[in-house]
Amino acid sequence: MDSVLPNSLRNAPDARGRFGEFGGRYVAETLMPLILELEAAYEAAKADPAFQTELEYYLKHYVGRPSPLWRAERLSKELGGAKIYFKREELNHTGAHKINNCLGQILLAKRMGKTRIIAETGAGQHGVATATVCALFGLPCTIYMGAVDVERQKPNVFRMKLLGAEVVPVSSGSATLKDAMNDALRDWVANVRDTFYIIGTSAGPHPYPAMVRDFQCVIGNEAREQLMEAEGRLPDIAIACVGGGSNAIGLFHPFLDEETVKLIGVEAAGKGLETHEHAASLNKGRPGVLHGNRTYLLQDEDGQIIEAHSISAGLDYPGIGPEHSWLHDIKRVEYVGVTDAEALAAFRLCTRTEGIIPALESSHAIAHVAKIAGHMDKDQIILLNLSGRGDKDIFAVAQHLGVEL
Amino acid sequence: MSRIAGVFAGLKAEGRAALIPFVEAFDPDRATSLTLLKGMAENGADIIEVGMPFTDPMADGPTIQAAGRRGLLAGATLKGTLALVAEFRADNAHTPIVLMGYLNPICSYGVAAFCQDAAKAGVDGLIIVDLPTEEADLVLPDAGKNGLDVIRLIAPTTTDERLPKVLEGSSGFVYYVSITGITGTRTASAEDLARDIPRIRAATTLPIAVGFGVRTPEQAATVAKFADGAIVASALIETLRRENAEAVLRDVKALSAGVKGARAA
Repeated sequence: MDSVLPNSLRNAPDARGRFGEFGGRYVAETLMPLILELEAAYEAAKADPAFQTELEYYLKHYVGRPSPLWRAERLSKELGGAKIYFKREELNHTGAHKINNCLGQILLAKRMGKTRIIAETGAGQHGVATATVCALFGLPCTIYMGAVDVERQKPNVFRMKLLGAEVVPVSSGSATLKDAMNDALRDWVANVRDTFYIIGTSAGPHPYPAMVRDFQCVIGNEAREQLMEAEGRLPDIAIACVGGGSNAIGLFHPFLDEETVKLIGVEAAGKGLETHEHAASLNKGRPGVLHGNRTYLLQDEDGQIIEAHSISAGLDYPGIGPEHSWLHDIKRVEYVGVTDAEALAAFRLCTRTEGIIPALESSHAIAHVAKIAGHMDKDQIILLNLSGRGDKDIFAVAQHLGVEL
Repeated sequence: MSRIAGVFAGLKAEGRAALIPFVEAFDPDRATSLTLLKGMAENGADIIEVGMPFTDPMADGPTIQAAGRRGLLAGATLKGTLALVAEFRADNAHTPIVLMGYLNPICSYGVAAFCQDAAKAGVDGLIIVDLPTEEADLVLPDAGKNGLDVIRLIAPTTTDERLPKVLEGSSGFVYYVSITGITGTRTASAEDLARDIPRIRAATTLPIAVGFGVRTPEQAATVAKFADGAIVASALIETLRRENAEAVLRDVKALSAGVKGARAA
């Protein structure tokens, strides 16, 4: 099932880590030997059945995979069109898809003999997932988090600390996710020999975008099999939210060569694509180089990076994974925008009709489904990646609804 | 011979190493930067490194980051930085200027246009921190066409096997990042340098300058014993922040004396 054709869209990246003109390895020389070492170690692990068996063990018994495929009947009925299925990544241990990647990377870190883990986090979901696997494997862990995010995501900061992680607030720059990533890279430069950097999304220098994608492909592979079992066919549309884009690429990748499957990535349009407060790098940005890869970025005329905005901290990033930039340019995936207000409405819609509180990130994808499902036939199928649960977001949502908790 | 090669040839004849101080463009304003460039050249700077401010300088420590942010707040752009160099160059034909920065603003400007305009402004070399040898074909052709030296970073993590590859296409001098870490933090010891510099020397005939963590005249002197140049950045930015441009020039003078005395002692 997983065989890849020579002219497949699934062969990227090339030997230089490029997806078309995107990706690559734009890092300081200090990191370059490390990146090359990581690439070699990952290639070896990927080809080693023992590594895959070990990963599968943890995914099954620790994460709880496979995650269910849920037919969202009440939501489908309410929208009055296509049949909607949720791939329920929010049921994973720690409540999101992030753990799939963290487990893969920490097993690789152990294999490479690394003794210390670092990571960046925005909302804290990747930080919590990283702290979790570090607790599981008994490795010390330092999480870099923008000082602004530390302030607005207190429950996750506390979770990380309970799990034994050191949380370092980053106050340089704009004190959010991109600055946390800068500081994690600085830590790595200073501690190259013993430290493994677990990047949380499908961005960064090669091999990270490909490696994170590979670890997240379990989402699309499972969903494909589960849908074949339930419906005997592939979906008409597969849809996911994109910040850095790891949950989306994990869902999309196994469908890239299926011409009948339309793929839709949903960017955070914040207060509107016509404003300056959004995180829509593909719709409103242009190609540039940041955090080790060439990709679409929010930047000003002089090439300075512009702060992103989204109600959802997980989508609040001025760049996007390079593979998405490529899929956007070749028009294999359609990338659309959903505003804060639309995401909030979808958050309530999903909660009310399905009894599932979705993450604000995933609510962006639900909001777009709400726009299109009604225009589709009843026998058409939408596969939506419900990438995370919304418990972490109830404070933010309450605030927007004017409710005091 | 390029201006940079000329300086190193002259210093070799004198039997001493170069002092390469750093100025972040527009920190805290354009006038101060111009004063520093002129004053450094008059107070013992052999080459001057000029930082091009960027919002996300991932290899720099807090001091240079903050300087870049102040520069941006003061309105620094690549165009503005080139104009600053051009104004300096109008009165000074001999002190090489090396621009240090990150790739994105250069890509945004357009690599070809940037190399052309930089050469026209009197820039002699480029240090692009996030452009490793693997990606250098993006800039090398245009830099070469315009007579700009592309100065490569070498790190303690760069293996002997990797050295020739990293040095491929580099010119002017080699910038040895003497510690694994960010700018302005730790300092390499004499033992470190005695071990590391000959390793690089064996792989290149280019002069070797040492940066990252060189702060005092004594440290500059230690570096000058082993290498062909000492780069001082964070310490001077701190002096500027704490005192003023005059105090920076005082420090440059002292650093220069340190470098000059190194091999005489």
